[in-house]
Amino acid sequence: MPARKMLFAAAGLATGALVLRRLTARDTEPAGQDRWLVVTVQCDPDEVQPGKLPAPLQDFGDRIETRITPAPGDRGTEIAVRFREPQPEGTHSVIARISGDDPRQDLRLALREAKALLETGEIMRADAPPTTHDTPGGKLIGLLSRRAGGEGVL
Amino acid sequence: MKALCWEGVNKLSVEQVPDPILRNDQDVIVRLVAGTTCGSDLHLIGGYIPFMRAGDVIGHEFVGEIVEVGSAVRRHSVGDRVVVCSFVGCGRCWYCTHDLWSLCDNTNTNPGIGQALFGADTGGIFGYSHAMGGLRGSHAEYVRVPFADYGAFTIPEGVDDASALFVSDSVPTGWMGADLGGVKPGDVVAVWGCGAVGQMAARAAILLGAERVISIDRIPERLEMTERFVGSEVIDYTSTDVGAELRERTGGRGPDVCIEAVGMEAHSDGPMHLYDQVKQQLRLQTDRPTAVRQAVHACRKGGTVFVLGVFAGAVDKFPLGAVINKGLTLRGAQMHGQRYIPMLLDRIAAGELSTSHLATHSVTLDEAPTAYDMFKHKSDGCVRAVIRPGH
Repeated sequence: MPARKMLFAAAGLATGALVLRRLTARDTEPAGQDRWLVVTVQCDPDEVQPGKLPAPLQDFGDRIETRITPAPGDRGTEIAVRFREPQPEGTHSVIARISGDDPRQDLRLALREAKALLETGEIMRADAPPTTHDTPGGKLIGLLSRRAGGEGVL
Repeated sequence: MKALCWEGVNKLSVEQVPDPILRNDQDVIVRLVAGTTCGSDLHLIGGYIPFMRAGDVIGHEFVGEIVEVGSAVRRHSVGDRVVVCSFVGCGRCWYCTHDLWSLCDNTNTNPGIGQALFGADTGGIFGYSHAMGGLRGSHAEYVRVPFADYGAFTIPEGVDDASALFVSDSVPTGWMGADLGGVKPGDVVAVWGCGAVGQMAARAAILLGAERVISIDRIPERLEMTERFVGSEVIDYTSTDVGAELRERTGGRGPDVCIEAVGMEAHSDGPMHLYDQVKQQLRLQTDRPTAVRQAVHACRKGGTVFVLGVFAGAVDKFPLGAVINKGLTLRGAQMHGQRYIPMLLDRIAAGELSTSHLATHSVTLDEAPTAYDMFKHKSDGCVRAVIRPGH
């Protein structure tokens, strides 16, 4: 493998390690209790009702708790959600997140989509197809991109 | 359609890709009239931003004609001649409504990557890797423009395509450096880099009332162009000590505002350049911050350093002690283009701002890989190559 490609692959691995560190950082949450996932929406608190949330969140029904509060300093409205039932923790959580099976990924994505719908009326979709041909490095980036909607520090 | 695709590190080619389609009701489709090479593309091409996939279409600075509009588009119609902001802003999140458009909450479809790397995601940008949303770039015959009511601007009569083209990215980027750097009448401003962004930062500083503006580079054609078209003083850093020269020209104080318009692949003379090159190539640091270091050292006590150049990750030997002990304000941003574009188009129409001189070369889409090579090596006096897909 040419040195340039090796360096590029090394950069990808380093980035992957950074993302993994972010993933594993969540291991330290209190046992039995999920942390609230929160977004701030640029709208008046009166415009957000717990029973009338946008469809992506409404679809979770009674499986989630919802908390809606005004954001300080005229910054809009904070929407916080979390599962009522405990979710995978520790090593199970890491494996679930890497494989895309952690329910919190779906909830995180739904929260982002709900914010987008409340603010803009639509969820911006990526261009398709994402690329015309794949390489091993491209597949890795593709995997990271697919996970990215449900991951992050939210 | 034909498009310029990234195929691997330092490998570009013109390929057939599917035509773009409306993916959202607030999208438009633009037929490209012209796009331009940008220094920040070189970071992608060289593999310094490792979130590209083979087949990705690059390019983010462009003008064109709207050929299709989504059902929820209100401010544009088919046939509009538009310049499109390189960053996509939704127009309604907190950041967009506070004129911080490149920080938009709703336009990066891969937010987890930016959040893992930076602690927060940026807005989406055309053709600038999957970390920045994975949107297709503009070096193609057509491009989809999301949230077009906020990011596409009708070009006024009297402003030609070649002049409007640079209002897509390089002019607002430069203007932002002077504006958010706090340039005010009477200031002495130093600008590192005489590429398109640096020239526009220098011109903005002059128009905002700076008493003296001093631009720094090493390429003779760029220095000459900056003197002639921008009206800035210049320093060739290969023939003089920049810090000493700036102290001499500023009464020993140093510039009030220092604007860095170079970015992560900075060049310099001396052992620090070798040190940075080695560390960057070994991926022990992602970016070479040579010009930022110099700006921090040169800036007067209590002054401001604004970082306009694109940086992706971590740098080494950053003089944080100078920032603290000299009481500097250090700022940076990707560009909030929507905040400035209407005003900049008006200034171009009024003859206050010249941009067409930046277009030193004009090529077809098929010639784009060669044009990027020329642009990268700054050969044949290339400042910007304009790519015209319709030719």
